Amino acid sequence: MRLLIWTYNGTSQAKTRKTMGTTVKAKDGAPRKARRAAQLSSRHLLGLEGMPAEDIQLILETAVPFKEILERPIKKVPPLRGMTVVNLFYEPSTRTRISFELAEKRLSADVVSFTTSSSSVQKGETLKDTIKNIEAMKTDVVVIRHSFPGAAHYLTTCCSSIVINAGDGAHEHPTQGLLDIYTLWEKFGSLKGRTILIVGDIAHSRVARSNIFGLVTLGATVRVCGPPTLIPVDVDKLGVEVFYDLDQALAGVDAINVLRIQKERQSGALLPSLREYTLLFGLNRERLRRAGPDVVVMHPGPMNRGVEITPEVADGPQSVILSQVTNGLAVRMAVLYLLCGGGKKVNRR
Amino acid sequence: MSVKFPKTVSIIAGGRIIDPASGIDAVGDVYLKGGVIDKIELKKKALKTTAEMDAERSIADARGLIVAPGFIDVHVHLREPGREDEETIESGARAAAAGGFTSVCCMPNTDPPIDDQETVQFVIDQARDAACRVYPIGAITQGQRGEFLTEIGDMVAAGAVGISEDGKSVASAEVQRRAMEYVRMFDIPVISHCEDAALANNGVMNEGTVSTLLGMSGQPGAAEEIMVARDIQLAAFTGARLHIAHVSTAGSVKLIKRGKRDGVRVTGEAAPHHFSLIDRMIAESFNSNLRVNPPLRTEKDRKAVIAALADGTLDCIATDHAPHSVEEKDNEFDKAPPGMVGLETALGLVGKVLVVGGFLGWPRAIELLSTNPAKIVKVPGGTLAEGAPADITVFNPDEEWTVAPEKFFSLSHNSPFAGWSLTGRVKMTICRGKVTHIDE
Repeated sequence: MRLLIWTYNGTSQAKTRKTMGTTVKAKDGAPRKARRAAQLSSRHLLGLEGMPAEDIQLILETAVPFKEILERPIKKVPPLRGMTVVNLFYEPSTRTRISFELAEKRLSADVVSFTTSSSSVQKGETLKDTIKNIEAMKTDVVVIRHSFPGAAHYLTTCCSSIVINAGDGAHEHPTQGLLDIYTLWEKFGSLKGRTILIVGDIAHSRVARSNIFGLVTLGATVRVCGPPTLIPVDVDKLGVEVFYDLDQALAGVDAINVLRIQKERQSGALLPSLREYTLLFGLNRERLRRAGPDVVVMHPGPMNRGVEITPEVADGPQSVILSQVTNGLAVRMAVLYLLCGGGKKVNRR
Repeated sequence: MSVKFPKTVSIIAGGRIIDPASGIDAVGDVYLKGGVIDKIELKKKALKTTAEMDAERSIADARGLIVAPGFIDVHVHLREPGREDEETIESGARAAAAGGFTSVCCMPNTDPPIDDQETVQFVIDQARDAACRVYPIGAITQGQRGEFLTEIGDMVAAGAVGISEDGKSVASAEVQRRAMEYVRMFDIPVISHCEDAALANNGVMNEGTVSTLLGMSGQPGAAEEIMVARDIQLAAFTGARLHIAHVSTAGSVKLIKRGKRDGVRVTGEAAPHHFSLIDRMIAESFNSNLRVNPPLRTEKDRKAVIAALADGTLDCIATDHAPHSVEEKDNEFDKAPPGMVGLETALGLVGKVLVVGGFLGWPRAIELLSTNPAKIVKVPGGTLAEGAPADITVFNPDEEWTVAPEKFFSLSHNSPFAGWSLTGRVKMTICRGKVTHIDE
């Protein structure tokens, strides 16, 4: 495993590490080999729906040593050296874009970032033409954020690069789902039998969907809670429990994932007012106290403080909101590493 | 068997003649003369020998084939004027002939829309030498803006056979009411695309389990059903003849069934894609050729539409043939315009899904493709009775073939059925006594 070489070679403190479900003993100076192939079953990361539990587990375990690298003075390792990653962002993004860029750079990839406001998309170029032109410059990986569901899937039909979905409309945001799962896994170990509540605008949330798909696959009980206008039809068919009363939903949960409520929602007859939303669904200290002292509070950001979550909860001891952001970087490094050939010889075209 | 068709035909010999209008379903010969059906002779013992056939080249050997009145499609988009890169009246009519259609009714959402006598006349002039009869449908309101009635009388005088707002409902119930009252003096149908625009809310697919799974904006079946219910009430109130276009939900079927039972003059059509495809398929591929309006619904809806075609609740099959260019369709699902071509796959889908599926037999299928649509828009054809126009479709009900959109006669290839194996293939189409298509 090359990953292990970078992680442990030259560092004297690591002697024994459990990784990829395999115990690898460090022998001075000698390269280590993991016993089982560390590969994902898919060439792209388009979503968590249908992703096997083994793949999710592999990503989680691969992220552990990467998280450690982030604590080092020199936070850079070489596995994507010589590869070119394009970040194709058709929607505004702070966290996800910076996180992907940093993850790519820390893996030594060459990185090109693209935003629609400063590109030929303004001149009416289609997604297909855009990607074909970028790919003609010999790129290897495309990370795409787009406002339309299925945009990442569509991209796989018109280019030969490895595609990573960084959010497609209200469909999926798999790396967010993975980083949320990683954060929970770090806290709880196995997620089997754990109860996770997602509160807010489930209908328009790709974060909710990726969380639901991944958590259900890992055997967690998933609850969703929000006003019926923001709960999509038949959501129970995705294997979740539906609540319209936050206090009932909170009873017995291990973690709460609070979703951002978009201010536009109150203009479209979906919500009478943000004020009423906050009264009914805002997570505050009193509600969290009733839920219990060990309940973990998450938020994918960006937060509307005082709307879906009060500042004292967001910044309180039960909040892991900033850990999520750190974990996001480690998880994205793991995803890039695994998709680009992980363990095997890096696949250069 | 090898089939040889002459370029001109005077006898179609030895086929299974199915003409629901005159109650015929038997093997026999159809004699043509002067663009009309001269006579039908049933149970001729045997066809002439091959040598004799060669000598007399105007005999078509239809043994093993079905001979039916030419198909009539009351709902196609021919894109002319305005988008001649996607389809022209000529290319659309050629595609229609290849699909076994001898008449099509073209919808008014062209650019400019068919909303006055002049545009109706333009379409009729363009269709003069086309491979099938083309009947324009006029818009209900000027510019399809939903405000002022078009000069319906003028359009009917020029050859329009119905009116429709096409692609949308007339939002105002008052305007729709007046249109339905007004057309009573012409005995043409008001064809209603049923969609409450506010409730549909620009949803790109059916709202349900699959839209929830995919995070796609959905439009509920209720958006269609509300307008079906409204227009049936208005038809009951005004006495107008109402035809509901592309019925796609179980709820709409129920409403039409009730309307008919109550004696309302309402008919309904189903599109082949609504009895062949469901929303779940979008989750498999995000194929933008699956985007259509009304959207593909659930399996329950599909089954209800099929049952309605079989039991008479729905009266005809219409393709809603909607050509779109590659550059428009080869896009993100949300960005691609709704619609798919359908003229050249209609019969194969009827055969594969409805007949082989065991839901109905060929006589009922021909009623749905020819007999009934002729009555709805009151155009010639739809029967093989003596003296009727020689509009005839000859097809092989058992032939399996694979859909290859690049071989379509339509200028557009936006079909989600590419690669599908279908059952039933048009071998020859005759319109006004002239051969308009031969499968070679």
